[in-house]
Amino acid sequence: MSSLGPSAATPSVAQTGNATPPAGITTRDLNLWYGAFQALQNVTLDIEHGIITSLIGPSGCGKTTLLRCFNRVNERYGYVTTTGEIKILGKNIYDEDVSLVELRKHVGMVFQQPNPLPISIYENVVFGMRIHNRRRELNRSATDQAVETALREVGLWDDVKDKLNMKATGLQLEQQQKLCIARLLPLKPEVILMDEPCSALDVEGTRAIEELMWMLRGRYTILIVTHNMAQARRASDTCIFMLLGEIIEHSRTEDLFIAPREARTAEYIEGRYG
Amino acid sequence: MTRIGRRRAEVWFRRLSWSRIGEAVIENLIRLCGISAVLFVFGIFLFVFREGAGFLFDGLDIEKFLFTTEWYPTSRSNVRYGVGALIVGTFSVTVLAMAIAVPFGLGAAIFVSEFCGKKLREALKIVIELLAAIPSVVWGFIGLSVMNPLIQKVFNVPIGLNVFNGAILLALMSVPIMVSIGEDALKAVPDAYREAALALGATRWQIVYRVLLPAGKNGLLAAVLLGVGRAVGETMAVLMATGHAVNIPRTIFDPVRTLTATIAAELGEAPVGSDHYQVLFIIGILLFSITFAVNLTADLVVKGIRKKQ
Repeated sequence: MSSLGPSAATPSVAQTGNATPPAGITTRDLNLWYGAFQALQNVTLDIEHGIITSLIGPSGCGKTTLLRCFNRVNERYGYVTTTGEIKILGKNIYDEDVSLVELRKHVGMVFQQPNPLPISIYENVVFGMRIHNRRRELNRSATDQAVETALREVGLWDDVKDKLNMKATGLQLEQQQKLCIARLLPLKPEVILMDEPCSALDVEGTRAIEELMWMLRGRYTILIVTHNMAQARRASDTCIFMLLGEIIEHSRTEDLFIAPREARTAEYIEGRYG
Repeated sequence: MTRIGRRRAEVWFRRLSWSRIGEAVIENLIRLCGISAVLFVFGIFLFVFREGAGFLFDGLDIEKFLFTTEWYPTSRSNVRYGVGALIVGTFSVTVLAMAIAVPFGLGAAIFVSEFCGKKLREALKIVIELLAAIPSVVWGFIGLSVMNPLIQKVFNVPIGLNVFNGAILLALMSVPIMVSIGEDALKAVPDAYREAALALGATRWQIVYRVLLPAGKNGLLAAVLLGVGRAVGETMAVLMATGHAVNIPRTIFDPVRTLTATIAAELGEAPVGSDHYQVLFIIGILLFSITFAVNLTADLVVKGIRKKQ
């Protein structure tokens, strides 16, 4: 178990001292059980705001489970038990008074398989606004503006501006995934969780999504789960290596890949197992 | 190759050919089963059509048949075959039944598929299937002996056997179909859509009306149409519960008579081959066409879903 040491600070983000936790995501002794099976064990992490953090590890190590804790989407299955705390922007999201609706507004998620809703492109982008605002609070010009801003930000505007009423499920996979990122943006999230966002995409699509992640970097805390170690290496600032539900190592991506502190990390990135 | 090896190979090949013949036999048998369904449907249609055809093309004034309300098939002096009132009767009962059944049926489908726990879901599905298994004549009994006095008392009307009574029974009978088809339709909506909406902060109800209803609308429409088909074709319960009076209803508490009930009640007493007998078969053709159209629409709508996915 290791917390982020001073050497792991990225140049772009001011390193805070150990006394005050950085304003990203912090977890303390997070444990999670699916029924009797413990999927996360004493996860303690400090994830900085504004950078890209990748989560790597072999299948079944709990990366996705951990990711899905941060917006509590895990809990849709009734048999999940969680202990410990996760603080996002200094607020423990497991507190009684936390509203899941508000939490998920602030913590967006991108899934492995692009999953735009079977409605128009336009409606996909404003979906979040529609569910978080009353009907009379939204006027056409506000939503139009939000759609254009969000689609421009993900680089989709020029491709789809003439067919905003087309069904989103008819887009190419890469465009679908960009749309899935775009629909988070009107809600102004703090955190974007990505669960293997490129695994359904080809090389070009993967490149496009990675570039997009770099564009969004700085404004959002981005967490990406990936099976692709090369992707973690080229597309993240810090990297977390997990094994059997535990955090083995969390450090700057270059350090983790070039000079891992743990033998198990070294063996994994060399491909001895996994 | 050794001798033993060769012999073994011969045995093998022989077995192969036998099993091939067996396979072909079974395949054709199964094909026959499949085709037989088509044959039976055509056979039934042909029979009904043949029984009614003579009078349909020779003697029956179709316009009068469809659009007048005088149904006096056994009159000595002036026989009149107008099924207008019967058509209105069938449709009034069906429409009212659907007005009751659609909200309940789709609501139940949504509840079963999206809101209830696993145990409750299994229990509910069993109960709903049980509801579908109640014979229609039993529903008729309920209409006669329970609903009739109840409607008289609650709504203070002279007759409890009326459109309202029949519609409630039909609604109860078509709800199970709507629930099970509707639930299938909602189940068919990929879970990824639910998760996408959930992760954006949608509540369960928002997921239902913003995601599931648009995504599953074809399947839900098919569920409704199959319910309509059930209601249009139902005979025994409406025969017993609607009062069986040839009448264009002015309120939902007026008695009516439906197309199906007319056939059931009169066919036994019409001399075989008589005009009356043939007219009843023509009503059968009419009913057949209505349910066929409804079912075909439902089918095409369901096909529509598959093509899109």
